[in-house]
Amino acid sequence: MAEITYREALKRALREEMQRDPTVVIWGEDVVAYAGGGAYGVTSGLAKEFPGRVRDTPIAEEAIIGVGIGAAMGGMRPVCEIMTVNFTLVAWDQIVNHAAKQSHMFNGQIKVPMVIRTPNGHGRTAATHSQNFDAWFAHVPGLKVVAPSTPYDAKGLLKTSIRDDDPVVFLEHLQLYGTRGEVPDEEYLIPIGVSDYKRRGKDVTLVTWGRMTMESLKAARVLAEEGVDVEIVDLRTLRPLDLSLALESVHKTNRVIVVEEGWRTAGLGAEIAASLQEMAFNDLDAPIARVAGLEVPMPYAKNLERATLPFAEDVVAAVHAMLQKQY
Amino acid sequence: MDKENLVALYRQMVLIRVFEDRAAEMYAKAKIAGFLHLYNGQEAVAVGAVSALHPDDDVVVNYRDHGWALARGSSARAVMAELFGRATGTTGGRGGSMHLVDVRNRFWGGYAIVGGHLPLAAGLAAAAQYLKTGRVTLCSMGDGSTNIGTFHAAMNWAKLWNLPIIFMVENNQYAMGTHYDVHSAVPMIQKAAGYNMYAEQVDGMDVMAVREAVCRAAERARRGEGPSFLDVVTYRYRGHSMADPDVQRDKAEIARWKERDPITRFATEVLLKRNLVTPKDLDDIQKSVEQEVEDAIEFADKSPEPALDTLYDYIYQQPVRNMQIAGSLIRPPTIAKSVPANGKHA
Ligand SMILES: Cc1ncc(C[n+]2csc(CCOP(=O)(O)OP(=O)(O)O)c2C)c(N)n1
Ligand SMILES: [Mg+2]
Repeated sequence: MAEITYREALKRALREEMQRDPTVVIWGEDVVAYAGGGAYGVTSGLAKEFPGRVRDTPIAEEAIIGVGIGAAMGGMRPVCEIMTVNFTLVAWDQIVNHAAKQSHMFNGQIKVPMVIRTPNGHGRTAATHSQNFDAWFAHVPGLKVVAPSTPYDAKGLLKTSIRDDDPVVFLEHLQLYGTRGEVPDEEYLIPIGVSDYKRRGKDVTLVTWGRMTMESLKAARVLAEEGVDVEIVDLRTLRPLDLSLALESVHKTNRVIVVEEGWRTAGLGAEIAASLQEMAFNDLDAPIARVAGLEVPMPYAKNLERATLPFAEDVVAAVHAMLQKQY
Repeated sequence: MDKENLVALYRQMVLIRVFEDRAAEMYAKAKIAGFLHLYNGQEAVAVGAVSALHPDDDVVVNYRDHGWALARGSSARAVMAELFGRATGTTGGRGGSMHLVDVRNRFWGGYAIVGGHLPLAAGLAAAAQYLKTGRVTLCSMGDGSTNIGTFHAAMNWAKLWNLPIIFMVENNQYAMGTHYDVHSAVPMIQKAAGYNMYAEQVDGMDVMAVREAVCRAAERARRGEGPSFLDVVTYRYRGHSMADPDVQRDKAEIARWKERDPITRFATEVLLKRNLVTPKDLDDIQKSVEQEVEDAIEFADKSPEPALDTLYDYIYQQPVRNMQIAGSLIRPPTIAKSVPANGKHA
């Protein structure tokens, strides 16, 4: 088993699926020529390995998604890359009114086996380039939404997503591309819709996904030194939302904090908190708390950006607050 | 084209005309609800175009789709039942008038977001090119859809990748109540020039002219010469939809276009003139069509509403684990189906 980056894990998944199935292609902006392949390097080298199957496209997100949908209807399995999640807004009609609706509205006659890969993230890029729309995608019936936090999950889930017969929005993260983790050399798949414990503990349950899983793990190390033992549930899939492990964990810890990167109001944390209290109200020793991004368009200045986003210290503070308060 | 095929074109146009008139009547009787966009006046476009295609070419159109579905071989029964919202309709009552579909005929549907289906059509053509199926995609749209971003994105992409596709504008000169001169800065045919795309202007009130233009465009695509753009000039006799009182158009203008009626013209200028049929034959066709549509109405009216327990079917083609716990579904969708999704490939 080798330690590889999240970026490399994604590339291996793409390579293996392209070797396995000649109908898998990669279309997106700058996936071929720019910097050797991909604005963030995920597809680097693949165009050479698979001639004619990795293609640069015009900057027309509505067409990248729409052409992908049509190709999927026509018998292919396109993986469409949208450079960052911010630009999916241009293609929102294609994603919501077309990709997500084809199967149900046409009564099963049409299927759309496509993957939309796109990264969340920030990096001093200000308001239009530092956003998180996880909750928006997760809101839509007909989409499957995946948001892996580790190289292992990224590889296994991307392979499954490519083989899936429904449109999958695959949310990567700029801050995760360079992170490393163990990935087996042999093939494996991870099912969509199955959450995962990333740390076992007994005092407080953190329900999270994506980059915030990593921040939660950092927070857990700090808290462990203080003698606080948190359990971390990584949802991995945001639609359908698998709350079975979160529920199991709440039965044990009786305390939950939902940790998300996006805006708090009407965020996914609100949905998760509501569902957990519906199912486990009597198990709760404290109101369910949320850690989330502050509700402002992201500023450029270093200190303001840092203040807007949630990090490990915010998770630590939320755990402290929950444990100190008497109910 | 031999006599039998010419008469078949005529019968299809009459079928669409009668179907639409009766659908309007059913709308007035509240058997049909929502938006109902009728095809009266434009019959020659769908009938001529479909007659020029192979049975396994791909067809994608907008919400003014009854004529297309009928021309492409969906039964009047299934289409009427869909308008009634019944289980026996083309999508079992899911999509209604604007979203007819019949993938067995590679009729990929009516699409109701203006311009939304253009990239999909380019994608079908991209699949045909990549999988080397030899298929051509016919993508029809209204004149009002040639200003939205997806139009330009799809035109550019199709030319760039040399896709086997025909972009066909059913230029009835109005987008709802907005005249062409109010919504477009340049003449329609010039819109193709920006993409250096082969283009023709076609008389949309002449079924043979439409047929021949689509034949030429399809042959170009099959020879690997890429996309074509057809500006098919036509007119709709009724308002935009049954919700439109049609007060903004000049009555004299409507009357002028009716003088060029595609059905009457085809009867007098081709069928009767060449002695292919007698007036009595035409009467018989009219009667048989009226009977077919009457039967479709009876069928639709007798058909059951879709079963409530099918509500969640096909939200996903492939159910995943934990669907119930997710709360997004009360039970997993069924996957049994009579028609394989996306039809047969290769
Ligand atoms: C994106 C979008 N905007 C607005 C509408 C509302 N709308 C439906 S049809 C229509 C007019 C379209 O005209 P045209 O493309 O010429 O088609 P026609 O109805 O003449 O066949 C409008 C504005 C819509 N369905 N989609
Ligand atoms: Mg129009």
